[in-house]
Amino acid sequence: MFYREAGQFKTSYEVDAAVFPIRQDRIGIALILFIAFVVIPLTATDFVISVLLVPFLILSLAAIGLNILTGYTGLLSLGTAGFMGVGAFACYKLTTYFPNVNIVIWIFVSGFFASAVGVLFGLPSLRIKGFYLAVATLAAQFFLDWAFIRVQWLTNYNTSGAIEVPTRTLFGMPLTGPNAAPEFRYLVVLSFVAAMTWFASNLVHGRIGRMWMAVRDMDLAAELIGIRLLPTKLLAFAISSFYCGVAGALMVFLWYGSAEPAVFNIDQSFTILFMVIIGGLGSLIGSFFGAGLIYGLPIIMRFIVNLFGWQITPATVEHFTFMTVGGLIILFLIIEPAGLARLWQIAKQKLRVWPFPY
Amino acid sequence: MDLAYKILIDPFMQMGSAPDLLVQTLWEGLVAGVLYSLIALGFVLIFKASGVFNFAQGIMVVFAALTLVGFHQLGVPAFLALGLTITVMLGLAFTVERVMLRPLVNQPDIILFMATFGLTYFLIGFGEFVFGGNPKKMITADLYLPSGAYDIKMFGGFVSLQKIDIAAAVIVSIMVVVLAIFFQKTRIGRALRAVADSHKAALSVGISLNQIWVVVWFAAGIVALVTGIMWGARSEVSFSLQIIALKALPVLILGGFTSIPGAIVGGLIIGIGEKLGEFYWGPLLGSGIESWLAYVIALIFLLFRPQGLFGDKIIERI
Repeated sequence: MFYREAGQFKTSYEVDAAVFPIRQDRIGIALILFIAFVVIPLTATDFVISVLLVPFLILSLAAIGLNILTGYTGLLSLGTAGFMGVGAFACYKLTTYFPNVNIVIWIFVSGFFASAVGVLFGLPSLRIKGFYLAVATLAAQFFLDWAFIRVQWLTNYNTSGAIEVPTRTLFGMPLTGPNAAPEFRYLVVLSFVAAMTWFASNLVHGRIGRMWMAVRDMDLAAELIGIRLLPTKLLAFAISSFYCGVAGALMVFLWYGSAEPAVFNIDQSFTILFMVIIGGLGSLIGSFFGAGLIYGLPIIMRFIVNLFGWQITPATVEHFTFMTVGGLIILFLIIEPAGLARLWQIAKQKLRVWPFPY
Repeated sequence: MDLAYKILIDPFMQMGSAPDLLVQTLWEGLVAGVLYSLIALGFVLIFKASGVFNFAQGIMVVFAALTLVGFHQLGVPAFLALGLTITVMLGLAFTVERVMLRPLVNQPDIILFMATFGLTYFLIGFGEFVFGGNPKKMITADLYLPSGAYDIKMFGGFVSLQKIDIAAAVIVSIMVVVLAIFFQKTRIGRALRAVADSHKAALSVGISLNQIWVVVWFAAGIVALVTGIMWGARSEVSFSLQIIALKALPVLILGGFTSIPGAIVGGLIIGIGEKLGEFYWGPLLGSGIESWLAYVIALIFLLFRPQGLFGDKIIERI
């Protein structure tokens, strides 16, 4: 009824190839951006911003990074957290060596370090694929994990073995460190996420994205139609790791404030893989859905327990969270193996023809 | 030059000067390898018959061991507890088939892989809820498993062999033989291999996929139980064992996903390589390289043989 494209005519190829071809979608996305950039910083409490929104956005960015590799190019990776860690540690080293350069630039640049490491560990992907490749990326994960703990140069020989984020400013206001205002951190994270999502969207809708998808659907056939596999796969690794690296740097600098190497362990990799699968492989909006669900679920569980005032120990709540998350993963896979993004599409399609069934 | 000496010559000098230490390290590696093989065996069983990469094998090991210990703590005699645990694993196999695999039949591999992730999470939560998170002692003595060690004099020193490790090696050998006979000679074993070759062709000659999956998951459950007892006897039964299960992955890709001999040989190579590397080359890099050395060994093998040592040759068609 409200969501119908009747009367919207496409008169040029540009309009036909647009990412949001329906006017309601464009209004919707503008509305979401308006709420995210203006309404939320003005109204939301510090708790909502720093416990819910900032982590959600950062995890979404990491999920987009993994989605580019796994969802669009079909290369299963279990080393996401390792690449995130490279970004975080690179950013830390850079900002302690060159404290005068703006931190935002370093967060961005640290992505390139993650890229380089990602390409290095992506090299075997030409010869091996599928689960074999997944285990090969585990090599990256465990090696990097080990390096973060053992190579003390990375933490500037800090005795605790953790990164302590120094205070850095942007526009004269503290952005990182203990004095940073949550709203300000949120806006910077949001800008990063919005800009990089926009870039990823253009990338996957363009020639490069189509090359990736051809490789995903069948790499031998893609090779035969003239796609060079090695550069294409390595590009996917590079860009995916770039996103993960930036997400890792944002995570430590704008969310945690200080981080132990354990933050970037194998569990984090799995969590982000969950987000991508539950959200929908090969879908950018799915990355946001997945991040929201997987990150939000334990918080909602805790909230429900508090709401009803049940006398349950935190340990029991945690066990039930594990069970629920596990059960839900299986349930979602059974209901819709293509993920939440597919459900969203179905819902939109239903809305378009409503009140008729089809 | 100094570094090259330390990498290329010094470790071998050490090996030569203390052969008893070398034998001890080799033995440790062998034992670790046998246990990795056990976990890998569980993976291979399920992968062969259903094409599912069962990530939950690690937690199944913990779950089986905890169930056994849990029953025993309730006062059930050890061997009755063993029987009850086998029943629980059978129940688990039925549930997994009914609830998880049947609705997901014919889905892409990665979806089934993720589903076993869900199962892992569920079993972690469920196991901790039922049994608590504290490490438990395996009931070694009640199951008549030997303890203590043999000290063998050798090269002017001595090598200590834990009896439980010898028992583990024997049990693994017996299990591999039994599994091989089961796969080659019995009716169900043939049906399993048929399913592994092609689901559709197997269905068309009247093999019940559902029944086969229950059998396979049950067999993997038994393997998990044996693994749990053996690992538990060496250390304690706790959820951290589940992480060790990840070590089975390089073993798998080294041996090839579809090969039972591959799982055994891969396990031994990884176990021995890891212990030798840690002991002789580890100090160069700062210790702890055990955590990733196995993966790197596997990666290097993969670069030369992408299907693993014993895996089926990968043939691609368009």
